[in-house]
Amino acid sequence: MSWSINREKCITCGGCVGTCPLAALELSNNHGLECDAKLCNLCGICERFCPVGAIRVEKEKK
Amino acid sequence: MLDSEYDVVVVGAGPGGSATAKRCAELGLKTVMLEKRLSVGSEKRCGEGLSADAVEKLGQKIPRYCIMQDINGALVYAPSGKKITIDFGKTAGYILERKQYDKWLAEEAARAGVKVQAKTSVTGIRKENDFVKGVDAEFESEKFSINSKVVVAADGVESKVARWAGLNTTNKLVNIDSGFQYEMVDIEIEDPHKIILYFGNKYSPRGYLWIFPKGEDKANVGIGIGGAGGYGKTARQFLEEWIGTMPGLKKGSITEVNAGGIPVGGFLDNMVMNGLVIVGDAAHQVNPIHGGGMKEAAIAGKIAGEVIAEGIKAGDVSQKKLSKYNDLWWKERGNHLAKVQKLREVVEKMSDDDFNMLVDALSGEDLVDFTHGSIGKLAKILMKKPKLALLARHLL
Repeated sequence: MSWSINREKCITCGGCVGTCPLAALELSNNHGLECDAKLCNLCGICERFCPVGAIRVEKEKK
Repeated sequence: MLDSEYDVVVVGAGPGGSATAKRCAELGLKTVMLEKRLSVGSEKRCGEGLSADAVEKLGQKIPRYCIMQDINGALVYAPSGKKITIDFGKTAGYILERKQYDKWLAEEAARAGVKVQAKTSVTGIRKENDFVKGVDAEFESEKFSINSKVVVAADGVESKVARWAGLNTTNKLVNIDSGFQYEMVDIEIEDPHKIILYFGNKYSPRGYLWIFPKGEDKANVGIGIGGAGGYGKTARQFLEEWIGTMPGLKKGSITEVNAGGIPVGGFLDNMVMNGLVIVGDAAHQVNPIHGGGMKEAAIAGKIAGEVIAEGIKAGDVSQKKLSKYNDLWWKERGNHLAKVQKLREVVEKMSDDDFNMLVDALSGEDLVDFTHGSIGKLAKILMKKPKLALLARHLL
């Protein structure tokens, strides 16, 4: 179960930050795109939105 | 450098932030505008087109160095390849250099009395008794707080300020387009003084591709597609595949890569809280059919500045007092833009065949009315063609 970012693909456009229903994503000068795991519920909306396919959200398979 | 107290803190120095801040300063408010990026106006996330009407309405005397190209019309390609030419016979718009334009807007705000500071991130908001009373910020590694009477969230599509304050502005994914763009040079452009648009679900599902010329051989070449995804490809992949089919583009070089989210609807009934106002992309104030937001942000910013000044002078910055901004914005822009959003929803449902039929029935003039949201007139034209009557019913 995880949210991951491919930093080589990510161009820090910040578009995903606005799509996150839980305001879990943050784009900062120093660290690039980050996801607060305490807030994220792995809904996958950011992954669907990403213009460059840099975000991967994997849900636990039961 | 910065004081610890201002009347107004504007978060974000895009066109919306600068317009709001400038108006606040002009009306005598002590105003600071904070920009988290290293440079105001960079990197752009925008096709950089602005209509001459908008410039006139905004009363902006844009310096020539901010303008890359004059535009006198458009070429619109249907999925079938059929082309409609729109020629205004005079300058109808501009392709700007946002790096210059945004900086100029911020400079104009500064000259009006706004204190502007780049590379300053807002990391949180300060709240007291349910009123937003300022922000926590960071410049280099120095952390500090600013107290204020009103905070303006002009922090763009990735807005967090309003959400921190407790106003949920999250837009539905269906109302956000996923945009990707290359600035290219050494390309061939059919007409370097017209914007060129390509429609069709093959390369741009729920959206379109654009070439916005910035010179004889250079342009913003981009795509906006419905953000809800499910196409099996990203915006970037669609754009690259399409460029691969266009020899005049394929041969060119890429000098910039831009991407971002484009709000295309989901207007907010309420854009204020006690001590807080939201402006621009952060409030989804974008034209839903073409995705342009500079004009909308500037109009909203001016209204916001006036309402804020009125509130501060009356010693009342409550949600109730500031909600005049909601009323004025909806009256001046919201009701119109909501209609345009409905139009966009219809257009998105159209198949390539529908689109081809539509283009066969329309002239360039009709198409201009269409983008302005003149649904009634469009429907009348369509009703004349039996095949398009069904489509017309959707539109009505």
